[in-house]
Amino acid sequence: MNDMSLTREQREARLEGMGCKRKRVEDIRFTQGKGSYVDDVKLPGMLHGDFVRSPHAHARVKAINTDKALQVPGVLAVITAETLKTVNLAWMPTLAGDVQMVLADGKVLFQNQEVAFVVATDRYAADDGVNAVEVEYEALPVLVDPFHAMDADAPVLREDIRDKKDGAHGPRKHYNHIFEWTVGDRELTDAAFRKADVTIKEMISYHRTHPSPLETCQCVCSFDKIKGELTIYGTFQAPHVIRTVVSLIAKLPEQKIHVIAPDIGGGFGNKVGAYPGYICAAVASIVTGKPVKWVEDRIENLTATSFARDYHMTTEIAATKEGKVTGLRVHVLADHGAFDACADPSKWPAGFFNIVTGSYDFPAAHLAVDGVYTNKAPGGVAYRCSFRVTEAAYCIERAMDILAQKLGMDPAELRLRNFIQPHQFPYQSALGWEYDSGDYATAMRKAMETVQYAELRKEQAAKREAFRRGETREIMGVGVSFFTEIVGAGPSKNCDILGIAMFDSCEIRLHPTGAGIARMGTKSQGQGHETTWAQIIATEIGIPADNIMVEEGNTDTAPYGLGTYGSRSTPVAGAAIAMAARKIKAKAQMIAAYKLEVHEDDLEWDVDGFRVKGLPEKFLGMKDICWIAYNSPPPGLEPGLEAVSYYDPPNMTYPFGAYICVMDIDVDTGVYKVRRFYALDDCGTRINPMIIEGQVHGGLTEAFAIAMGQEIRYDDGGNVTTGSFMDFFLPTAVEAPHWETDYTVTPSPHHPIGAKGVGESPNVGGVPAFSNAVNDAFSFLGSTHIQMPHDFWRNWKAAKELGAV
Amino acid sequence: MIPGPFTYHRPTSVADAIKLLGELGDEARPLAGGHSLIPMMKLRLATPDHLVDLHGIGELRGMRRDGDTVVIGAMTTQYDLLASDTIAAALPILHETALLIADPQVRYCGTLGGNVANGDPGNDMPALMMTLGAVYRLRGPGGEREVAAADFYQGAYFTALEPGEILTAVAVPAQPAGHGYAYEKLKRKIGDYATAAAAVVLTMRGGTVATCSIGLTNLSETPLLAEEAAGAVIGTSLDDAALKKAAEAARAIMQPAGDGRGPVEYRKHVGGIMVERALRRAAAKAA
Repeated sequence: MNDMSLTREQREARLEGMGCKRKRVEDIRFTQGKGSYVDDVKLPGMLHGDFVRSPHAHARVKAINTDKALQVPGVLAVITAETLKTVNLAWMPTLAGDVQMVLADGKVLFQNQEVAFVVATDRYAADDGVNAVEVEYEALPVLVDPFHAMDADAPVLREDIRDKKDGAHGPRKHYNHIFEWTVGDRELTDAAFRKADVTIKEMISYHRTHPSPLETCQCVCSFDKIKGELTIYGTFQAPHVIRTVVSLIAKLPEQKIHVIAPDIGGGFGNKVGAYPGYICAAVASIVTGKPVKWVEDRIENLTATSFARDYHMTTEIAATKEGKVTGLRVHVLADHGAFDACADPSKWPAGFFNIVTGSYDFPAAHLAVDGVYTNKAPGGVAYRCSFRVTEAAYCIERAMDILAQKLGMDPAELRLRNFIQPHQFPYQSALGWEYDSGDYATAMRKAMETVQYAELRKEQAAKREAFRRGETREIMGVGVSFFTEIVGAGPSKNCDILGIAMFDSCEIRLHPTGAGIARMGTKSQGQGHETTWAQIIATEIGIPADNIMVEEGNTDTAPYGLGTYGSRSTPVAGAAIAMAARKIKAKAQMIAAYKLEVHEDDLEWDVDGFRVKGLPEKFLGMKDICWIAYNSPPPGLEPGLEAVSYYDPPNMTYPFGAYICVMDIDVDTGVYKVRRFYALDDCGTRINPMIIEGQVHGGLTEAFAIAMGQEIRYDDGGNVTTGSFMDFFLPTAVEAPHWETDYTVTPSPHHPIGAKGVGESPNVGGVPAFSNAVNDAFSFLGSTHIQMPHDFWRNWKAAKELGAV
Repeated sequence: MIPGPFTYHRPTSVADAIKLLGELGDEARPLAGGHSLIPMMKLRLATPDHLVDLHGIGELRGMRRDGDTVVIGAMTTQYDLLASDTIAAALPILHETALLIADPQVRYCGTLGGNVANGDPGNDMPALMMTLGAVYRLRGPGGEREVAAADFYQGAYFTALEPGEILTAVAVPAQPAGHGYAYEKLKRKIGDYATAAAAVVLTMRGGTVATCSIGLTNLSETPLLAEEAAGAVIGTSLDDAALKKAAEAARAIMQPAGDGRGPVEYRKHVGGIMVERALRRAAAKAA
């Protein structure tokens, strides 16, 4: 149908396609409390599981006595490693090529490690049972500090691989060593340092933290003995991967496994990996023949399921005295905890950390990463960032500030002097990536003009003088961050998870009345895919977004995909959506040509249908084409209008941005105030500006949390001291600063719609902006680098050590 | 985070509550707003067999002016305090402090009685009650008695409450017109206990401090009355030297624990700063 009474603009507006600030369709249910989460799943006869966890960070398990627990009313079973051994599931493979205990097998390696799984008729009885299990431990020496992991007399953590000379990523140097990963040209880099006028060297730590989604990790497993089928409802960011992994480790045929991820209350990387809870609930269901639910509590989530970061980055830059960088050398000590359960593409033990050259034209660079075991929780997930990209961005952005300080140069000016120039794209970095597109200087200058950067520096100079004269106790910092991300994993030539190539997919079925359903291999956890995916389809094939239902998360109906994390959904599935839509459009064009009695080449696309070139009244709209496709297709053309596309991206995408933070710090208390935070993002083509703004707000709030206080901290005995939201900093609206957002648009040249992904940029770029602001505030007192997190007492400590208190 | 089994009781009079607590003995705990007890039960740090919920007892809730005293029922919530004109007029510092306790959802449930009776050094109201010279009314199997807030706290979670006794009301002297007051609380975020906090109530005469009382929150196992610090400013115009002296005198009695809020040295340092800032702000408010 083509309503000729509407203008072209009105027809475009009716589609609510790309570029439209379309309201989030999922919010209709979320804002009314009508979302459907895993914990809302209640199956007949469902049982509940709960873990006995280790109070020790490192101990031998001498005995587990389950007698009293089995006498607790309602307790049906207690599963231990010995039970799991009968089905060969006491250990499970990790995504990083390591193996991990499902339940403590002979010893425990971190506090709150899973020791036994109690299954009961309700959640209360399960917990009563947990408290009745008696475990006898023999404490062992605890290894907390990664810098001592490879000492000659360090405790042996992983007895299972003590004598193994090679790990999943090559030779091991020590029994607590996991891998060494090197990239770049060492000789060229060494030569650059020999010739340098100026060099800097600093150990920059990015502390351990946690993604802490509001909904914790959970599942319901239901095994049907008659059919031999296992149905798993779970908080999965990558449901298909879970299905394949379960099939491989449980030796069940893949078609008999049904994985369903319903609404998810935030993931941020926490829900990518496989956890002991999933395995135990599945085994418990197989053993009891009843559905079994496992729901993590907050303490368990913070202390046992995947942490993030814990990278200790010794960073060196070589430069000329004019401030042109000539070399970068980075060594990372990566603390992986007790098992290497990093959620990276399998061939990348340190993720894409080799994006560490950032936005700058480094002629030479060398990177080495050593992964080590400690008595801490396993993990190393990408907490709202592409794999280890936020660590890399923090590393280079902090180091550039340190170099600027040494050169006596403004940090923004130093960045402008070293940016990769627009004409250099596609740009080959010294550490092996091909950057797709960018216009960095334009973005940086726009940011500087908007915040009146030069004025801020003048104000800062005046405040520093006033501080020296004793007229104020407040110091001011201006934090500059210019980040380049690498997202969209990924091309099958680089990326796989346990051998599964990291493509993504979309299937679109249009219905006869001009509506349709679209399914993808991704899984929204709050990103708003139901809204934005329909917008891509609306623009591509002229069906209003409101008429397209988007469905994700059911592995029986959705095409195979690798899920949502690492800002990969838009770069990979977004491309698949456009490609599937274009297949439909090609068939629609054949139908239109037949009905309008012209050759296909004589048709042109016009918003929501095809028009005969030069004959504006001869038009056939998509709605009509849908009806015709089913009921009177051209002779020889099969009925129907649907398409599937699997997209293997030719390259990653490289979003970038310029962030500036203005902060004031009271040296007497260490209390800071973020006066202003400006974030300019360039994510290429913008699908929904309102959703982008929401993504940026959320990511910046997480970045603020991480930089200013959020951490997973252990004491010397390996006890977690930040196991609840009392001590783990999760800012509320009161603490969160006001955000100013802005953008430039530099489309990706290789992506079908030019989009690059944005969800994680603000976390990646935000952390260095905050940390640089704090460091900038203190720099005039003589400091070069103060480690994160910059909470009140640490700011005061810095001030005190610098003689300001 | 799942509590153990318990039996729930909901008496409708103080007498019934006391009778129940007497019968049930050590395994029973009275329940007010629940913001300390229920988290402890979820962590199984507290495993009472019986909970005696005081919400059904109307006589425990509400405020009234009784001459120079304001009597506040133990089950009066922080929200009730914020909504009360009586409090706003006679005890504005209570209003200021209640607003610094957690968030609105907590303040709808959290009670004054629970806040002061639990003996948690992190709670804000105990130090304030000591500063204001409040008296706690307790009732138990042996009848009714009064204990000054200043004599009530014996250690972390240890108070003058005898087994079977409950705190029924808090009697607070109404403050004179023209008094100055301030509660300065440094916290990491909404919902957190104080890293350090100081309550100040004072009166000024002719530009100098006539009377002064200072309380300290979360800087020791119990709330503290900083008498020497208060004495140090009386007769002064709160010049820098007097403020520093008061801060140092206050720091001398602080014995905070090092925790996620900061090491001991930091908490004492900012404790002194809270005292200075509260004194300055209170003086600015005084007529």
